[in-house]
Amino acid sequence: MSEQLKVPTMAEYMAEGKQPEILFWVGSAGSYDDRAKKITRAFVKLLNNAGVDFAVLGAEESNTGDVAKRAGNEFLFQMQAMMNIEVLNAYEIKRIVTCDPHSFNCIKNEYPSLGGAYDVIHHTQYIKELIDKGRLSVKGDTYKGKRITFHDPCYLGRANSEFDAPRNVLSKSNANLVEMKKSKRFALCCGAGGAQMFKEPEKGDKDVNILRTEQALETTPDIIATGCPYCNTMMTDGIKAKEKEDSIVVLDVAEVIANSL
Amino acid sequence: MMQYLPNIAFAIILAAGVGYFARNIKKLIRNIKLGRDVDASDNKPERWKNMARIALGQSKMVVRPIAGILHIIVYVGFIIINIEVLEIIIDGLFGTHRVGLSVLPESVYGFLIGSFEILAVLVLVAVVVFWLRRNVINLKRFKSLKGWPKNDGNIILYFEVVLMCLFLTMNATDVSFQEMGAGNVVSQFIAPWFGDNAETLHIIERTAWWLHIIGILIFLNYLYFSKHLHILLAFPNTFYGKLTPKGQFNNLEAVTKEVKLMMDPNADPFAAPAEDDNAEEPAKFGASDVMDLNRIQLLNAYTCTECGRCTSECPANQTGKKLSPRKIMMDTRDRLVEVGKNIDANGGEFKDDGKQLLGDYITHEELWACTTCNACVEACPVSIDPLSIIMDMRRYLVMEESAAPMELNNMMTNIENNGAPWPYNQQDRLNWVNE
Repeated sequence: MSEQLKVPTMAEYMAEGKQPEILFWVGSAGSYDDRAKKITRAFVKLLNNAGVDFAVLGAEESNTGDVAKRAGNEFLFQMQAMMNIEVLNAYEIKRIVTCDPHSFNCIKNEYPSLGGAYDVIHHTQYIKELIDKGRLSVKGDTYKGKRITFHDPCYLGRANSEFDAPRNVLSKSNANLVEMKKSKRFALCCGAGGAQMFKEPEKGDKDVNILRTEQALETTPDIIATGCPYCNTMMTDGIKAKEKEDSIVVLDVAEVIANSL
Repeated sequence: MMQYLPNIAFAIILAAGVGYFARNIKKLIRNIKLGRDVDASDNKPERWKNMARIALGQSKMVVRPIAGILHIIVYVGFIIINIEVLEIIIDGLFGTHRVGLSVLPESVYGFLIGSFEILAVLVLVAVVVFWLRRNVINLKRFKSLKGWPKNDGNIILYFEVVLMCLFLTMNATDVSFQEMGAGNVVSQFIAPWFGDNAETLHIIERTAWWLHIIGILIFLNYLYFSKHLHILLAFPNTFYGKLTPKGQFNNLEAVTKEVKLMMDPNADPFAAPAEDDNAEEPAKFGASDVMDLNRIQLLNAYTCTECGRCTSECPANQTGKKLSPRKIMMDTRDRLVEVGKNIDANGGEFKDDGKQLLGDYITHEELWACTTCNACVEACPVSIDPLSIIMDMRRYLVMEESAAPMELNNMMTNIENNGAPWPYNQQDRLNWVNE
């Protein structure tokens, strides 16, 4: 990759005796999945651009345990959670941002009763905050007039009632936001949640991501935007299955903004 | 003595109707208490608010406007017309006739009965549309109901038609009420159908009056066997509904204890379990039968009125998978009723019948099709949470039976070994920085 990113770790901050403004929880998908890594890089580009004092845990980060919990493995979840909480508490972390709604939901809602209480926000909320505070300015018009439809990730939208931040941020790109019939509270899942990402679907007459892609296509979009690495994969697969990959791209909200700086 | 015969008969019928209902409600409460205790004593003000908004105010019904508005008509009609039942009970017990007239000015009484009559007509219209939706238009979420659930839905509608018609007939054949000319806004048009023989009119009026109150008592007792219990249980159910964000699943405390012990560097891994006569049975993780679910989940099952909004929003169901959140709720209730009958038949104690909710009612395939997206929870107009039952059963499958699909076992092994659902080295977590 051409661009050089500045990504300090908590260990480095600790060595200098400093605390960052915020911890960036990269998450397993954001660390290892090829498509999700691009989202991670786009978000860091925004953090660098806005001059945010952030840090990552790097090799000290481990899976949140979210997917194990949804699969029914409460043991594995709590093991992972307690390990992570030990690390986070040792660094005295107060605020966490993540690009993954599943990590967001899990750390925000399910870690506190296990001893890990933090102010956790989703990256679309943080980007909105940076723009509102004037730390990040979106000047480019890469997407001016383009039709963007936003697919609500279940664990950001329905699960945590955040519908406005991603839309607000997308509107800064001067794109033309179009809504699917099923959106916000009533949005259809992409099909990846509840550990479905890691298994074959049960027998049926269609895959969920195909149905959701069809709903997105009804809006004749140029871009399908999401705020979740798993939704991104599912929608990208859906677009490929519909042979629309030449005319429609699936982008994360962070990528839309990173391309509009 | 003879002149009091109707009063005595009325008192006996009323007592029998209310008594049998009370007996069944006691049974229902006993069955719900078979579930695990759950603390929902927090946030009372918010709980009352939810009950007022969602159950009393029907706020979630109008998400689907046609069904929602029709339902509100039937609901308001049901509650308001039942004020009339108060008068019927007093009249029945004390041998009075339209006792309301002796306490209220004629104009007020007329206004009340007039509104009941208008509502009765509106209810009739709504009920006819409901019947058409279920039997002629064949909406998908009703078409899939077969057997008892389908009949149950129709029986309720027939009940309402009969009760409303009896109410209007009773008013139309009440000569003094018609002569008064206040409140007979609808019944005055029906009155001519019955002729003008005073004797005949009186007999029809008395018959309609008796059938009306007996019908109401039968309907009351029908509830316990029907999906229609929601008219009562929607209130406690919305009160006990989930207050935390939908994405927040509970953390099992029994697991927390064990994990803390495992991670405690001072714990002796070879220590013998402490001798303790009061030691609890080791907790079962997750749920395989109704007794493993909590009381709110069991209340949910009794509250479900099988409208199917959950299932029609479910991504798995929409794409042809076997999972149906409505079926999860109906299965849970059916099994709970079966367990209740078992207890009744065995002198108050449950005798193992070799069956359970998991497997005999709900299959693995249904459980694994869930994306935990919460669309069913969002769709439910009375705050039922089918997802929590699915999750508890998955927990049982994984933690008690190691029966997860193979791909999920691989995923979990990866998390255990290298802290990610894929087989990548934890040391490579930052590789993206320089790619």
